[in-house]
Amino acid sequence: MAQTVGFFTDTTLCIGCKACEVACKEWNALPNNPLEFRGTYDNTGQLDHANWRHVRFVEQTTKTPDKPIAWSMMSDVCKHCANASCLEVCPTNAIIRTEFDTVFIQQDVCNGCRDCIAACPYGVIGFNSTSGTAQKCTFCYDRLQNDLKPACATACPTQSIQFGPLDELRQTAARRLDTLHQQGVSEARIYGDKEYGGLHAFFLITDKPEAYQLPSTESAVLPSRNNFPGYLTGAITAVLAAVAGLIAFRRRGETQP
Amino acid sequence: MPNEHFVVPPHWEWYILLYFFFAGISGGAFVIGTMLRLWGNRVDAAASRLAFLISFPLLLICPILLTLDLGQPIRFWHMLVDVGSGTPAFKAYSPMSLGVWGLTLFGLFSFVMFLAAVGEGGYLRWRVLAGAGRVMSSALGIVFMVIGAIFGFFVAAYTGVLLAVSNQPVWSDTWTLGGLFLASGLSGAAASILLLSRGRRESAVSDGKLMEADRYFIILELVLIVLFLITLGGLVSKVLGGGWIILWLVVLIGTLVPLVAEWRPALRRQVPPVVLPVLVLVGVLALRAVIIFSAQA
Repeated sequence: MAQTVGFFTDTTLCIGCKACEVACKEWNALPNNPLEFRGTYDNTGQLDHANWRHVRFVEQTTKTPDKPIAWSMMSDVCKHCANASCLEVCPTNAIIRTEFDTVFIQQDVCNGCRDCIAACPYGVIGFNSTSGTAQKCTFCYDRLQNDLKPACATACPTQSIQFGPLDELRQTAARRLDTLHQQGVSEARIYGDKEYGGLHAFFLITDKPEAYQLPSTESAVLPSRNNFPGYLTGAITAVLAAVAGLIAFRRRGETQP
Repeated sequence: MPNEHFVVPPHWEWYILLYFFFAGISGGAFVIGTMLRLWGNRVDAAASRLAFLISFPLLLICPILLTLDLGQPIRFWHMLVDVGSGTPAFKAYSPMSLGVWGLTLFGLFSFVMFLAAVGEGGYLRWRVLAGAGRVMSSALGIVFMVIGAIFGFFVAAYTGVLLAVSNQPVWSDTWTLGGLFLASGLSGAAASILLLSRGRRESAVSDGKLMEADRYFIILELVLIVLFLITLGGLVSKVLGGGWIILWLVVLIGTLVPLVAEWRPALRRQVPPVVLPVLVLVGVLALRAVIIFSAQA
């Protein structure tokens, strides 16, 4: 197996230039977004089948009186979870783990059932009505196979998006976090160490995860948690229904039709 | 406290709603047919036969609806065969995968019992069908029906588990959906048999028993609806708020009115016979609609 790779996205370095979005769209030949005024610089809106990178503009309140509101930009992407909800529910095995330990949707296998969309807690996967399949970031699988960096990390002018072997990136992130804490940015934290077995695209953020539309560590749970209670309730109901049937249908005085 | 996820809706809409509806009634009808055969009198055989005659045709609609809902309908078989390895695509922890296999196997039982019911009822005078009809009453037939009924229970219930095994708010925040869909599917199946037994003297003799069973199924359903709302906690406003309350009113009318009427024969005699089963069926559909659509709104 090839080396496990990852993205480390440092939101404190992101300037919201969206070079990552453009590079992703160019390399993967994704369609342009329709021109739409959203009342914000975030004119992408969300990750979906045509947007595999999305620069969020997160408004934060500050302690500085003359600048009460500040932006934190975050280039969001598929997290390529170690324990991926989408991969867990996919009934066709269209979603696979690649030799780089990334999560990939095989477009020639996916039949568009959309179970993965209901499962992804990050709202990453979108349904492409033209191809009839679910789509998301491929981690530039084709580039990885040719020893190239993913397009977004290559284009990022501030090194906010870093690509490399996952264990090295985790060390880089830990050092950066130390630096920020020393500089007084006490709110800085790493998101993606523990969630879903460790995210292969993880983030350095400066607010609670929910502010970036990331589930908290406690909420980072897999769909399969509901299998046992769901079937158990069904089984108990079945037993009660059988008892009800026994009472209602039991033999009474035999009558001829 | 519900988990906070940022899921986008999968846009499971009308095809899925109708699939859940027909799967619930088909599975429920098979179960009721089996229970009537197991525990009922000889005169209940006609109602049991009717149940099996309903189960299979309704089940036939299900794969059509499921296939139409796919983005790539021509690849429906990818649910059954792993394209990469050529082996069966089976994931025990994916309710959609388990459900496809459950539907396929239940289809076998439902089809055989449909043929046996046709044979026993003498609707087609083919020798092979008459033989199958006779097997229905034998010990082998009973064993076959009981195994089929287990699959029937599964088909009616798993659709709820399918919704729950996700990270979609509402669906994934409750453990009640499997039981709720099963209870309501059984109620809908009893109502369907009652509706179709109108004007058929031989199956109408079981109407009293079916109404009694339906009362119990409705009570189960109501208990599970209350549990469903309780387990949602703070998310309850998502399913009760806005226009969804209208669908809940339809659900309540489809459960409480038949429940009260079936308990009070004097009241029941005042309404035309088809009204109560129709109310139940509309309620069964509305329950699934409100759960499917409100969570995705």
